Amino acid sequence: MPTLTIDGEEIEAEAGLTVLQACEIAGKEIPRFCYHERLSVAGNCRMCLVEVSPGPPKPAASCALPVADGMEVKTDSDMVRKARQGVMEFLLINHPLDCPICDQGGECDLQDQAMAYGNDGSRFLENKRAVEDKDLGPLIKTIMTRCIHCTRCIRFATEVAGVPELGATGRGENMEVGTYVEKALSSELSGNMIDLCPVGALTSKPYAFTARSWELKKTESIDVLDAVGSNIRVDTRGPEVMRILPRNNDGVNEEWISDKTRFACDGLRRQRLDKPYLRKDGKLQPVDWPEVLSVVGQMLAGTSGDKIAAIAGDLADAEAMLTLKELMDSLASPNIDCRQDGTRIGEGPRAAYLFNSTIDGIEDADALLIVGSNPRLEAPVLNARIRKRYLMGGFPVGLIGENADLTYRAEHLGAGPDTLQALIDGSIQFADVMKDAERPMIIVGTGALARPDGPAILAQSRKLGEAVGAVSGDWNGFNVLQRAASRIAGLDIGFRPGDGGRRTNQIIAGAASGDVEVVYLLGADEIDTTALGNAFVIYQGHHGDAGAHRADAILPGAAYTEKEATYVNVEGRAQQTKRAIFPPGDAKEDWAIIRALSESAGKKLPYDSLEQVRTRLAEIHPVFADIGEVTPAEWEAFGIEGDIESAPLRNPVTDFYLTDVISRASETMAECTAAARGGNPEKTGTDG
Amino acid sequence: MLQDRDRIFTNIYGFNDPFLGGARSRGDWDGTRDILAKGREWIVEEIKSSGLRGRGGAGFGTGLKWSFMPKESDGRPHYLVVNADEGEPGTCKDREIMRHDPHKLIEGCLLAGFAMGAHAAYIYVRGEFYRETEALQQAVDEAYDAGLLGDDACGSGWKMDVYVHRGAGAYICGEETALIESLEGKKGQPRLKPPFPANAGVYGCPTTVNNVESIAVAPEILRRGADWFAGFGRQNNTGTKLFNISGHVEHPCTVEEEMSIPLKTLIEKHAGGVRGGWDNLLAVIPGGASVPVIPKSICDNVLMDFDALREVQSGLGTAAVMVMDRSTDIIQAIARLSAFYKHESCGQCTPCREGTGWMMRVMNRMVTGEASLEEIDILEEVTRQVEGHTICALGDAAAWPIQGLIRHFRDEIEDRIRKRGRAAQAAE
Amino acid sequence: MSAPRGTPPDIPQPEGFSFNPEVLEAAEAIIAKYPEGRQASAVMPLLDLAQRQHDGWLPQAAMTYVAEMLDMAPIRVYEVATFYTMYNLSPVGENHVQVCTNLPCWLRGSSRVVEACERALGIGMGETTEDGKFTLTEVECLGACVNAPMVQINDDYYEDLDASSTETILTELKSGGTPKTGSQIGRRSCEPIGGLTSLTGDKGASD
Repeated sequence: MPTLTIDGEEIEAEAGLTVLQACEIAGKEIPRFCYHERLSVAGNCRMCLVEVSPGPPKPAASCALPVADGMEVKTDSDMVRKARQGVMEFLLINHPLDCPICDQGGECDLQDQAMAYGNDGSRFLENKRAVEDKDLGPLIKTIMTRCIHCTRCIRFATEVAGVPELGATGRGENMEVGTYVEKALSSELSGNMIDLCPVGALTSKPYAFTARSWELKKTESIDVLDAVGSNIRVDTRGPEVMRILPRNNDGVNEEWISDKTRFACDGLRRQRLDKPYLRKDGKLQPVDWPEVLSVVGQMLAGTSGDKIAAIAGDLADAEAMLTLKELMDSLASPNIDCRQDGTRIGEGPRAAYLFNSTIDGIEDADALLIVGSNPRLEAPVLNARIRKRYLMGGFPVGLIGENADLTYRAEHLGAGPDTLQALIDGSIQFADVMKDAERPMIIVGTGALARPDGPAILAQSRKLGEAVGAVSGDWNGFNVLQRAASRIAGLDIGFRPGDGGRRTNQIIAGAASGDVEVVYLLGADEIDTTALGNAFVIYQGHHGDAGAHRADAILPGAAYTEKEATYVNVEGRAQQTKRAIFPPGDAKEDWAIIRALSESAGKKLPYDSLEQVRTRLAEIHPVFADIGEVTPAEWEAFGIEGDIESAPLRNPVTDFYLTDVISRASETMAECTAAARGGNPEKTGTDG
Repeated sequence: MLQDRDRIFTNIYGFNDPFLGGARSRGDWDGTRDILAKGREWIVEEIKSSGLRGRGGAGFGTGLKWSFMPKESDGRPHYLVVNADEGEPGTCKDREIMRHDPHKLIEGCLLAGFAMGAHAAYIYVRGEFYRETEALQQAVDEAYDAGLLGDDACGSGWKMDVYVHRGAGAYICGEETALIESLEGKKGQPRLKPPFPANAGVYGCPTTVNNVESIAVAPEILRRGADWFAGFGRQNNTGTKLFNISGHVEHPCTVEEEMSIPLKTLIEKHAGGVRGGWDNLLAVIPGGASVPVIPKSICDNVLMDFDALREVQSGLGTAAVMVMDRSTDIIQAIARLSAFYKHESCGQCTPCREGTGWMMRVMNRMVTGEASLEEIDILEEVTRQVEGHTICALGDAAAWPIQGLIRHFRDEIEDRIRKRGRAAQAAE
Repeated sequence: MSAPRGTPPDIPQPEGFSFNPEVLEAAEAIIAKYPEGRQASAVMPLLDLAQRQHDGWLPQAAMTYVAEMLDMAPIRVYEVATFYTMYNLSPVGENHVQVCTNLPCWLRGSSRVVEACERALGIGMGETTEDGKFTLTEVECLGACVNAPMVQINDDYYEDLDASSTETILTELKSGGTPKTGSQIGRRSCEPIGGLTSLTGDKGASD
């Protein structure tokens, strides 16, 4: 390991590190604008200059200089300070200095560094440059006169997002960051550019002029709008969520979040269920909690268990699902299901429904087969990890199902699941690719598993995985890509039909036929709620969406930003949300509603606090005792062998921006949908 | 004074057939196979001991540069790239080689390519040189037809392809890594170094970028021997050199002369002297736009080579001598160059992108005198803030002419400012 | 069809663009010069071909066409097209008169050449004559400094100019003639006009 001296202190730094990274190890802060550890090195801002000897008698850009043995680095010499002051002056001469009206104010790298390296006055007597703003769609507001040309956004779009639509056109001082033809960016990750922009050139359009960073309360939490479990920070002011930002978690989302995670938060303010309702004379009427609990409690108590059913939706938390399951158990109802999408997973070992490779583990794989999924739309952040692996090279990707631009090159092997058999037989060439790989990966999507032949496809995929050595030693390359934040916890808890119990489609059919008389929808809105016949429908949730419209009783619950709740992500990693704001009006945390209802139904659950519920969760499944961690699941046989239809696989997500009650309530998401429909799909990184 | 028999570019004016017949009669392609037979090492050593320094401006040892190429290929192909993006104001020597003596360049490509293990050479010609590209392409085609290039170049068994690639108008592509980027189909924005092109150049492969003249003189050096070439000029500044003499001289011209020739001799012998006589000389920019101007007092005695011009805080650069007589508005002359650098800045890095525009605007006010005296020092400081802080040398090139101006003609600037101030006062 | 960002909106953009058969052949020969998978190297020559085919300027459709042909993202092509000065993103006259005003030309009277152009064509710098015959552009050093001042008109250089020879050239072009290219004062190329000071053995060849 090279040994170098930084400001007189000797340190060892791994070969291949840059001087900037070595300085960070040594605890020396190096200012930077263009450098970002997750992007390629551009070296263009020149702010990170340090003095290095041996070398030419001029400062060197530390972000681009590899460490070498015997190097002497000075980070705070006269030469360095002067150089940085010079660069800062250049950055500011054409910068508008409009901090008072800039949304970046208070969290602006340029502002911060100008405090350290800026002059108190300007020597620039010329006119400042003005740059035309660009229209990048409904999410990103541009004030391009503020741009300092660091190219982080361009590199992010090209490298991470895989949509090379941004570029720097023109040259010299006339260089401008923008697109080819004016249009919205066609990335599901575009909002990250706002975070990356070190100045106020790219800011959040929906958040524009709504708050100042210093007046926000910051709550560290977890996203639930897909199954990735991206780590987020919820910024609130008073009773409102003002914005959502990513938190770094190398295992999960690195420091990216999807545009839905970030921008659907305006949906939290709209169409909220803020009081209980009962349907009276065919109309939903607001009532108080005692009344609704009493009516619903009596309804449950007075109905035979086999005529009661419960479906947990995609946003349901573990605590709520546990308490609801136990309530249903106590009512002797076996008719519960957390798989509103109709998949038949969770009936085997845990490895049968997890993303076993882990998200981080994608980087260790050396071949990938995707079956019935579009990860770009179902889990954009996870898809970014696949692209990251792809860019490292030596990563063939095969795709069975609907062909789509995934932002990396994928060989389309076939539309129907019969292609799996061809891979097992070795009759198509990609079979060899999988066999020759040391750590091949298979990702099976819910698009494949929600079909009637889903269990057979699952079994077939497992067989293929075993045939190509996808499960061996410490490598498990078999993965199911869930879409719902609630799903893994639901399966871990066992929120699925008991002996003789009904699955989702059977519950719906039962309700239609009258065999099921009471249906309890725990945030289940993505089923056909119009097909529930004359059943008494209880809807517990936070948005007035499909479920609430059909409901006979509404129990207003809390959204993920309003409760302390546990979710288990696609990998089987339990994580917890934190309450950033209180639920609106009379709405309450979901487990507490069920606890109260259990009393009204005469089946009082033994929980008086969240801690008690969580203790019980940990008893049921160890995952809930190990927050933040992933434990590999044991490999056993699963799936049900059977006939597989050759009908093409269909991807479940057709509109990324509108997938759940929150995003459907979001005006921003609606604008994104409109923009996406209006725009032409452009080329992506697979073409470049 | 160089004798005609020691001139390499014997058709530089194009009086004779530039193409294969004429070239052969001038000795080109003579014994090329025998030279190749002496091996890579021999060629590199010979070029090293000839003392040839890069003719594109920086003056780095050509043989040494070639020796940086990996001795064995690691599987990646090696590339020779010839920098024919001649655009340094004042410079027009490579143009004459390409249109009047192209076979010297092409033969040089084979020999240099062979010496660095390259089977392909790309000659990157500035886009505006359309006719020059035509001539060069014609010569390349001839060379293929005659078996001088191709799978078995000159019967040596060495495969050598030479491709001509046209640019499209960007001075910065004369910077070797910008040229590589451009050749790859991108904007000509210089790369960060390291890695250097010898490790990762075109397409990430080992690459050497050489100026046209550096490559074109190589065959003659190898034929006549390193000692012959090293016999001209001073130590470390050897050989013959193409000089471009432009501006206020009686007979602007291009001429091949001995390195280290006194500037005054060069101008008087070949360019008919300064317009109005030597005493009418104001200043000379001796090596293309990016080197600092030197006043007459220095011009009187200075020698035209790398070291002598560096000693007087200027440089040989491309040996493009721009002569300015006493009628010249020296401030406006330098301001014109500032406009050039502002126009040609690629925009990639901060000091150059922002600094070139700032410097140009202040210089423009210096021309009219609409400035304060303190601004001279501020301008000087701005040039220092650009110099040495950029990715490539364009920042330095933009800074140096202004520094030279302030160094030698500060009085002139001050006078102008004062005069303007007085005029403004009088008008009130 | 929308115009690329940054180009004046009033420029009529053609609906589509494709190479003529012979241009296509030339394009394919150019692409073949570069290693497999490195076809992006051909972007500059192909844009040049497109521009030559399309009356000297590059409409959006041409850039998109080249991007598709080379499997490049259109923004990467657009970056190239806006970076290099020889690509015209709006129409230019039949004769694109490009006057060098850089130092060596300026020292020898490029200002008078500029004036002569403006006078002869009746337009200013950056403008195009109403008949679409001439566009006048100021350019940086064109690398013919010992033959200063000079202008480039389309692919040819006209050197050793003064006001009157400039006007003569333009007048001839106006009337559809083909003026002599190169030096306008009787030089072969870059030799000293007062008589050779080197390579004197070649003097006789100076026809």
